[in-house]
Amino acid sequence: MSELVVAGHPPVSLDPHAYMRKTRSGKIKTAASSKGGSAVKLTLFVLLGLTVYGFLTFDYKNIDLAKAIADTFSNIRVLFGQPRLTYSSFAGAMGALLTTFSLGALATVFGAVIALLGSLLCAKNLAHPVAANIIKSFVAFIRAVPTILWVLIFTVAAGLGSVAAVVGLTFHSAAFLIKAYAESIEEVDEGAIEALRACGAGFWPIVFQAVLPSSLSYMTAWTFLRFEINFTNALAVGAAAGAGGIGFDLWMAGSFYFDLRELGYITYIVVAAVILLEIIATKIKARVG
Amino acid sequence: MSDNQTSVFVKRKRSFTLVFLGACGLFLVSAAVTGYDVIAGFESVPKAAGWMAKNFIPNAQAWSRLPNILAKLTETALVSVAVTVCAAGCAFFFSLLGTKTTKVNPWIGRTVRIIAAFFRNVPDIVWAILLLFSFGQNILTGFFALFFATFGMLTRTFIETIDEVSASCIEALRATGATFLPTVFQGILPSSLPEIVSWVLYMIETNIRSATLIGVLTATGIGAMFDLYYKRMDYSSASLVVISIVVLVVAIEMISNQIRKVIM
Repeated sequence: MSELVVAGHPPVSLDPHAYMRKTRSGKIKTAASSKGGSAVKLTLFVLLGLTVYGFLTFDYKNIDLAKAIADTFSNIRVLFGQPRLTYSSFAGAMGALLTTFSLGALATVFGAVIALLGSLLCAKNLAHPVAANIIKSFVAFIRAVPTILWVLIFTVAAGLGSVAAVVGLTFHSAAFLIKAYAESIEEVDEGAIEALRACGAGFWPIVFQAVLPSSLSYMTAWTFLRFEINFTNALAVGAAAGAGGIGFDLWMAGSFYFDLRELGYITYIVVAAVILLEIIATKIKARVG
Repeated sequence: MSDNQTSVFVKRKRSFTLVFLGACGLFLVSAAVTGYDVIAGFESVPKAAGWMAKNFIPNAQAWSRLPNILAKLTETALVSVAVTVCAAGCAFFFSLLGTKTTKVNPWIGRTVRIIAAFFRNVPDIVWAILLLFSFGQNILTGFFALFFATFGMLTRTFIETIDEVSASCIEALRATGATFLPTVFQGILPSSLPEIVSWVLYMIETNIRSATLIGVLTATGIGAMFDLYYKRMDYSSASLVVISIVVLVVAIEMISNQIRKVIM
């Protein structure tokens, strides 16, 4: 066996087989097992197990699956193939769309303002660690409650209408944006903050001259993402909590009039609006970023 | 001072002012459209907090309903997991066809991306209302409604992940003459799996919240349970439902974060 010997070091073998990891049958191993890799496998295995267990235990109420699927396909064909308005006018639908859009916008504006202040109080590089932890756990709690439940809770307190919808949507938006903004602020270069602090700058000059300028593009991107989410949430809230807007029209067309064609027409309007929002958001993000 | 030196600060001030004015304008227009009462909005928060402190606390009767609530909660959680796993399986297959890196066929790729965009942009409540016609108030209504939305979302993110993470290793494998299947199993799958698992965990968490909403609409799962107690004005039982959802979602978030720490 050949060996390389360097004075002062232990001898190094030149035989390549000494460095190869092999399986029991003598094949060269091409993949090394790692902690991350086995964690991935374990996670997938558990999720698959839960899925199988779920399918076995669900209460299907003796549904005729073949018939239901066939019906669904014919319904989809009517829905997307023959859209027609019967119970509402195009102008009415546009007005309702504008209402939903405004509900989403109000919740986003309120959420962004609250989140801007909240994130300054809980970003690791600006805030006191105890205060940051308290705010972060409180925010995690608010985020864990589904939006629709917030809206229903506020409906009792404020009555049915735009106030309950906006405040309910705002809760979740603010909690979401506080987390997102705080993460963007934590990305800010520590050097810039330190340099300003060394000059004797106070809290607000640091925020306005170092923190906000360098995280503004991230924040805008998050805010627009949230606006898109808020738009679909406003739809859902309109349908499930009767908060008005085009979501309510969707629900009326489907579950009250049982009119697939009307449902289809309104769906087309909604999808067009969502795609338009996405395009505008991408344009604005490209400009700011 | 010359224009160049001041321009950074002037620009900064201008962009802050623009953002501020834009937000104000949007607020005023939206408030006018929806007839939103700002004062009532601010008043409603302490009012709701007071109301919650008084009525929204589980009492003995609510605790006696806990087994029922937990059964529904387990069902909803299992639906979310099952939906996400099935949708992720389909989405992974479609994202292989949709990504630009595997170069399957540009037309197939474009079609896949359009299909994904379609499923992503049709709101899940439309699917729920549509499926109510054919499936009725069944667990499968919520399952398929969530499935379509999740499938659209995951196909896009998987395509982005594969484009981003696997591009270089696919090129390397291709240079060795590897065909499609070895590229997938030796290149794409190992390199993008941690990202994919992370997205799946995120979607499970999101789907539990969406499942609650769809449950309210389709009268299944934990959402229907909340709606039932809420409409009966049995607010203490409703509060127990909310608390159990919060515990579940926070637990899933914590487990996901732990898993992400290990795998990423």
